Amino acid sequence: MTDQTSNPTGLLPHMMIMAPHASALGMTVASVERAEVVLHVPFRDDLVGDPERGVIAGGVVTALLDHACGQAVMAALGDYQTIATLDLRIDYMRSAEPGLGVFCHAHCYKVTRSVAFVRGQAYDRDRGDPVATAQAAFMLNTSARRSSKATAT
Amino acid sequence: MSVSGPDLNQQLADLLGRIPYAVFLGVRADLAGDEMTAVLPYSDRLIGNPVLPALHGGVIGAFLEMTAVAQLSVGQGLVGLPRTIDVTIDYLRSGRPRDTYARANIRKAGRRIANVQVEAWQETRSAPIAVLHGHFLIAPKDDGAA
Repeated sequence: MTDQTSNPTGLLPHMMIMAPHASALGMTVASVERAEVVLHVPFRDDLVGDPERGVIAGGVVTALLDHACGQAVMAALGDYQTIATLDLRIDYMRSAEPGLGVFCHAHCYKVTRSVAFVRGQAYDRDRGDPVATAQAAFMLNTSARRSSKATAT
Repeated sequence: MSVSGPDLNQQLADLLGRIPYAVFLGVRADLAGDEMTAVLPYSDRLIGNPVLPALHGGVIGAFLEMTAVAQLSVGQGLVGLPRTIDVTIDYLRSGRPRDTYARANIRKAGRRIANVQVEAWQETRSAPIAVLHGHFLIAPKDDGAA
C-alpha cells in the first residue's frame, strides 16, 4: 500500500504501465478526476480497421473503452484492486475520422461492495459527438475472492 | 455459394492480412467447410493484468468482434467490410496467457443488418471465456436496392 492518498491521480500512470496492452496501443492518460478519467490512443497506421477508409479499428475503440472504464473504477476506489470486466455493451455511432486518434471519457457512477458501474464515451474531436458509447459492469477485488474462497460475496 | 473451400481460405487470409489491426493483434483464421475458427495467438502485449496474469478484456472484445466481421465477410458475399452497430460482451472467465479461439454464429443476415453471436474459448470449447452478441450493418452484393 504505497499510494493511499485521497488523490488517485498518481496511481493511474502506474496502472497504465502495468497493462502491457495499454502500452502496446500507445494509450496515455489525458486527465483524471475522482471516478472520472480521460484516456487517449493516438492514431497509428497499424491500428487501422478498414484500410480503404483509413480509420482506427473498432476493436481499438473497444479496448480503449474497456480500459478507460476500468481506470474510472480505480479512480473511484482510490486504491488498487484487481477488477474484472463482467460485461461491456458498446454502441458504435459512427467511424472515427480518418487519421485521427480516439479519446475516451469514462465515469464510474456507482460502486457497491462487489460491483462497479461505468459509462464511457469515445470521441475523436468533441465529446458531444461520440464515435461510440459504452456501459460496463466490473467485479471488484477478484483476486482476494480467488485466494480466500470462504469469503462471503 | 459458388466459391470453393480453398478459395475461401485464401479470401480469409487476404482479408485479415489487409486489416492492419488484425495483423497487429496477430489474428488468423482456419476454415473447415463453412465453419471458421479464428485464432488469437498468445503474445505478452495482449496482457491487461500482469499480476494474475490475464488477457486484456478489450483484446478479447476486439477479437470477438473481428471474428464476427471475418465470418460475415467470407460467408455472405458483401460489398466492403461489415460495420459494427453494437456489441454486448459477457466476460465469463479470465483469459489465461495462452492461445484463444473463437467461432461466430450468424443467427440472421438480412438485407441491411446481421445478428451475430461469437464465443471465445481456450482449453475447451464448452468452457467459453467470453461471448459476444452484436449487430452489424452489411451490404449484400446482389442487393441493388441497398
